[in-house]
Amino acid sequence: MTMFEIHIDSLQQSFSASSEQTLLSGMESLGKRGIPVGCRGGGCGVCKVRIDKGRYRCKKMSRAHVSAEEESQGYVLACRCMALSDIQLTVVGQMKKAVFGTQD
Amino acid sequence: MSMTGVLRPGHVQIRVMDMGEALTHYKERLGLQETDRDASGRVYLKGWDERDWFSVVLREADEPGMDFMAFKVDSVDTLRRLEGRVREFGCNVETIPAGELNHCGERVRFDSPTGHTFELYAEKDYKGTQMGLLNPDPWHEECLKGMQAQRFDHCLLYGDDLDGTIKLFTEVLGFKEAEQVYDGDLQIGTFLTCGMKAHDLAVIRHTEKNKFHHASFLLGSWEDVLRAADIIGRYKMSLDIGPTRHGITRGRTIYFFDPSGNRNEVFAGDYTYYPDYEPITWTADELGGAIFYHNQTLNERFLTVVT
Repeated sequence: MTMFEIHIDSLQQSFSASSEQTLLSGMESLGKRGIPVGCRGGGCGVCKVRIDKGRYRCKKMSRAHVSAEEESQGYVLACRCMALSDIQLTVVGQMKKAVFGTQD
Repeated sequence: MSMTGVLRPGHVQIRVMDMGEALTHYKERLGLQETDRDASGRVYLKGWDERDWFSVVLREADEPGMDFMAFKVDSVDTLRRLEGRVREFGCNVETIPAGELNHCGERVRFDSPTGHTFELYAEKDYKGTQMGLLNPDPWHEECLKGMQAQRFDHCLLYGDDLDGTIKLFTEVLGFKEAEQVYDGDLQIGTFLTCGMKAHDLAVIRHTEKNKFHHASFLLGSWEDVLRAADIIGRYKMSLDIGPTRHGITRGRTIYFFDPSGNRNEVFAGDYTYYPDYEPITWTADELGGAIFYHNQTLNERFLTVVT
């Protein structure tokens, strides 16, 4: 199993995730309080992130939360996204409030 | 037992993003039985103790959520009468011809003030159970799959004009409020019944229209709810919360998500509601226990995550 380094830019924090594991399950394993894990099925949108650097693959995500245009710009739901290389990401969804303590 | 002309929740059409994953979830894990598929790719399911042809329809789509929820009424006369009344109320009403859903008669589709799509219908083909109707056994080996969901029971929906939807269901469709939740003078939740269950439909006030919180399925006992929790662990399904008990309706419950992020509940137990009962009222200061009776604490995900 290949392990990759996932770096959350604005948090200056990293974790390891395998190519078989979703980014969200890796973030859950950080043990940081308040990571708002929603449905874990690409439906509710609370774990939306933007991939700034790195390769990844995604399972189907709700179009209500990630438009085709956003998807082409690297916006994904962390619960549906798996790394294919080291990754740098920015938290942009409802998770942002819980991770950084701010609304926007 | 219905006392109003509307018999019971009849079916729900749920959008899923991957039909294969959804069928593993609803058939192998919940234990629903597949009864048909149609030309558009929709798959029809029912619980092992349901007699009509289907109660759940899965449709593959780009986003999860609920397309519509339907109630069965006691006759075509009732269907015509209620069609007139929902038109008078001001709903947008559309008649869907028999056969648009396989095995289902004509449906009267209308929108609610909270933005949800509901349907009424009077006729659906009889499929029956494995036990049959003559000297039946209480269950059959084919019923013992997964969580062994007996039947589709109710939905909980989120939407903005709660007062309007309560008015539609109580004044037009003859439902009763078994339980209600108030924050000061503002009603924030309703538990509506068309028969003798504590709820056939629940609606919570929410900023957006037309949101789906969960579809719920009946199990036989608290022991079965605990076994459902074992199945969730065994197959690493996405658990939401439970096993626990609700103060509201007294249900013993567990919540989890299907592979597209739609929330499901399986539960056992409530109480018998009679139509002369006054509603039970819950206040916002006691909401923790109203929702999760054991730990008396609200859970943000349960309150905010919807599809």
